[in-house]
Order: sequence, then C-alpha cells, then structure tokens
Amino acid sequence: MAKYAGHETVDKNAVFIYSDNQLGYKFSDTHPFNQKRLTLTVDLLNELGALNKVDIVEPRIATDEEILLGHDSKYMDIVKKAGRGEITNEQGEQYGIGTEDTPIFPFMHEASAHIVGGTLTACDYVMQGKAKHAANLGGGLHHGFKGRASGFCIYNDSTVAIKYMQQKYNARVLYIDTDAHHGDGVQWSFYDDPDVCTISIHETGRYLFPGTGNVTERGTGKGHGTSFNLPIDAFTEDESFLDIYETAFREIVEHFKPDVILTQNGADAHYFDPLTHLYGSMKIYKEIPRIAHELAHEYCDGRWIAVGGGGYDIWRVVPRAWSLIWTEMTDQKAPDGPLPSAWLEKWQPESPVTLIPTWMDPINMYNEVPRKVEITEKNHQILEKALYMIRSIQS
Amino acid sequence: MIVEEIMNTTVFSLKPSNTIKEAVQLLKKEQIRHLPITNEANEVIGLVTERDIKNALPSSLLKIPDEGIYDQPLENIMTKNIIVGHPLDFVEEIAIIFYEHRIGCLPIISGGKLVGIVTGTDLLYNYIELTGANKPSSHIEIRVPDIVGILFEVTKVFHKHHASVLSVLVYPDKEFDEMKILSIRVKIMNPLSIIEDLRKEGFDVLWPNMPGMKL
Repeated sequence: MAKYAGHETVDKNAVFIYSDNQLGYKFSDTHPFNQKRLTLTVDLLNELGALNKVDIVEPRIATDEEILLGHDSKYMDIVKKAGRGEITNEQGEQYGIGTEDTPIFPFMHEASAHIVGGTLTACDYVMQGKAKHAANLGGGLHHGFKGRASGFCIYNDSTVAIKYMQQKYNARVLYIDTDAHHGDGVQWSFYDDPDVCTISIHETGRYLFPGTGNVTERGTGKGHGTSFNLPIDAFTEDESFLDIYETAFREIVEHFKPDVILTQNGADAHYFDPLTHLYGSMKIYKEIPRIAHELAHEYCDGRWIAVGGGGYDIWRVVPRAWSLIWTEMTDQKAPDGPLPSAWLEKWQPESPVTLIPTWMDPINMYNEVPRKVEITEKNHQILEKALYMIRSIQS
Repeated sequence: MIVEEIMNTTVFSLKPSNTIKEAVQLLKKEQIRHLPITNEANEVIGLVTERDIKNALPSSLLKIPDEGIYDQPLENIMTKNIIVGHPLDFVEEIAIIFYEHRIGCLPIISGGKLVGIVTGTDLLYNYIELTGANKPSSHIEIRVPDIVGILFEVTKVFHKHHASVLSVLVYPDKEFDEMKILSIRVKIMNPLSIIEDLRKEGFDVLWPNMPGMKL
C-alpha cells in the first residue's frame, strides 16, 4: 500500500461522520427505510454522553467523477433527472427507480451523493491516518448496482469507496457485510477482482430478497476465491450467528491480509426486524464491532471503516445496535443496564411500539425455536463449505 | 424456448481413430464428460463418455498397468446409433428425452453435421434461469384452490403494488389434491404489504412467514 502524507501520526482514535443533510435520503413517511434511525442513534449516544462534538465530522458530497467509479453515467443522469421531477416512474423502472422499493423523491441524486460522500470522508480520515477508525452510519447501501437501483439503494457507497481506496491509496480491501440481506451490489462489483475480498453473512435467499448469496458464489476469473457467502437459515440465533461470523472473519482476514477493513453493519438480523426471519438479539450487535475492532488492530494497523445498512425496527433495534459500534470504536466500555431515561421519555410518545428500556434484550424475548439443533448444524455445514478452499490451501 | 438458444456451439469432438489416451487428455483439459465422435465430414458416428473410458481401463488398483489399452482407438469403445437432437427442438421435449433415456448429453445435428451439444447441467441451469433465482427478488409461496381464474386474482394484488414478477411456477400440492402451490419471484425487497393484501384477499401465504411464527 502507498504511504500517504500524514500517515505516521494518528490524530484521533475515531471519527463519527454525520450531519443532518444525511436525513435527506428519504423515500416517504411510510417506507421501511427510514433515516430517522440516525437521529435516534445520535440522540441516544448524546444522552449516554458517549459522542464528543469534536469527534463529529461533516460528510462531504461525492463528486460526479467519484460516483462514476461505481456507476454508469447514463444511470447517474437518470437519477439526477428523477430528483428534478423530469422523468416518470415508467421511464425510471428499467433503472430500478420509481418502484415501490425505491420511489423517486426530490433531489435524490444530491441526497445519495451525500451518503456516498460520507463514506468517502470516512475513508480519507482512516487512509490518511487522521483517525484509526471512522463510522458513517448513513452509508452501507449495498444493493446498488452499476446501472440500476435495487432494494432501497440508489448509489452503492461501499462500491464507490472501495474503488476510491484502490485508486487513491492502492489499498487491498476486505469488506464484511452482516446485514440480513445478501450484499449483492458490492459482491458483483468486485466479483473478478483478486484485490478486494467480500464476505456476506445473510439469511438464505430461499425466500428473502435478493435471493442470491449462495455458498457456491466464490468469485470469477482472477477473483475466484475472494468472494465468500454464508447464507444462514431463517430462525438462526445468537450463538450460531456469532460462531459463523467470528470463525469466517478470522480465517479469511488471516488468509487475505487486507490493508483496511470495511464493515457493513445492517441491523436487520434482529428478532424484531419486520423484513427478515433471523433471531438475533442485541448480543450480536455487541460482538460484531468488537471482533471487527480486534481484527483491524491485529491485521490492518487499526484501519477500520464502519458503515450502516439495513435495519427496519428503527425504534427498538437500530439506535441501540449502532450506538454499540461507536462505543466499541472509541474504546468506551460497552453500555449495560438501563438506557438513558431522558432518551426513553423523549421518544416513547412517538414510537408505535414499546421501547426496550435496557441495552441488552430481555430474556425470553421469543419462544424457543423448535429446530435449533438442526439449524445450528446446517449453518455450521455452510461455514465449512465456505471456508473449504482456504482451509485446504493452508493444510 | 428452443434448443439453439441454449446449446453450446463450441463442441469438442474426436475422430474414431483417435486413441483412448487422447480422449482422456481432452476430457481432463476441457473439464467435460462427453465426446461426440465424428468422421471427416463432421457427421456424428458415435459418442464416448467418461464412463465408457473408465469401463475400458483396468482398475487403478491393479499392480501391473496395461498401458497398451491407452493406445486403442476410440472406435473400439464408442457407442454407436446414439440419440441426437435438432436446433429447433423444444427444450421441454429434450428434457423428457434426457429423463426417459437416462442420458447425460445430446449432440445437436443440423444438415447432417454436428453443430452443438446440450448437457444435463445446461438444462438444469436453464431451469434456474427460468425460475428467476439469479435476479434480485423476494420469493413468495401461496396455496390456492385449483380453479379457473385464480392466477388472475393473485396477480391483481401484485399489479396493485406495481411489483414486477420475474417468474411464476405452478406445482401440485402434495397434501391437498384440490389445491395448487404458486411459487412467485417478485422484484421487490419489502414484500410485507403484498403479503398482507394477499392474506386480506383470503389467500394462504405459506412463505415467507411473519417473524415470530412457528416453523
């Protein structure tokens, strides 16, 4: 990797990329993708006293040239026009916009470019050594394709950011995606690239969108062996999820030897999430960043960028889950016990569901899963299939 | 769909005078299992499969290998009078031929010459494409009564939600004779409102389950 000016001195441990202009990425009041979760997260961190004003960095807006690193110019033009009200749903449809999933909204290009810009800002801080780690929770829009929007995602900030880090910093990037949906957009962008490794752990595509992410998708051409997929069964619980995550992450990072780790932190593998069927609890959201943090220090001199992603229970799940990323990133003790009462009192009236009053979930949140043993066994088999290639090289 | 749309047009073939050794090398190099045998005019006169070769070779456990077998010409082991297909055959038809004759490949002949080959794996991949499973989509399974017009009633719900349907498979219900299962792939990430409306219309949505429901 190329040395960069200022690389030797690290100014900060971590930066939190955020500004209210990231809230402009909004489809409608009833759409499940709702960036109010950013407001709720920031407020929760503030009430906890865990987010220092000096650590907050304003995201920049991505330039057209930067967006074109991951997207076609024809598609970008359509998005710009759509945001100005110049095209109909029918005209947008072949580009995936104007659909029920990804409706047209005013200034959608600018809003999406702010999301991409936030992730690029995070990359610059980390790659220039201005911070060890950076979080852009507004990012993580992993379904965006080169020439088409898909699954609530317009521009794919992770794809653009990885291309950007390859070009500007000559970096070898490991991307790990724990969103409950397959990280298809990022995977296909680097499917034939041996210098980018993508790992996605997701609910099997048997019923869930996007349906891809089979364990046999391993990359193509020179990139064969640098895409990893771990499709886990519906009703998977904490233990099995974490076994797969930690084992796969450790072995792959050791095998691939990246310069930097980019984690996509969709928070929709939780039991409460309305769109998916996994049975995770807050325990996985405590462990996911902890292990990423540890491995970043072990293998990448600390370089770790975290983006958000899915997460559709914006009241009970996302604020707690994403707060834990930031406390982990800044070496603060993981909060436990009750949530700040000011936060609960402020938001409960607006929430359609009763908020969970503690950092961890209550025990007996759900009834026992009848086929737990089989599900665990099947997930473990998937893990072995996914790692088969790198294990056989090592032995 | 017709065969010429799915057949491989790069066909690896050998002559009857080529040796078993040459066949073994070609199968290995190209990672294939079937070799049509053609004459000088590119007419198919036989077929050699991986299994034909295995049958011809002595056991790898034998202490004294008989290398002479590798020099035998393919005409000694090839199957003659093989089943072939035509570029204009329907894919469904040749699928039945594969199943009934328990064969692994079908050389495709036009104007008397070898022009292509279809294998069982090609057919399977074609089926995967038909299901739309390689495109971003959610998958919904619905149990419906086997009556006229039911598909129309179901697709009305998808139309109302402006959701693009990638594929519809209809298959018999193993539990109830008078019912059918519709397996629908739809280009949408949030299928909840569609599922809700399907249920409102009285349809039995089997999957995806609402979170918290029993296995």
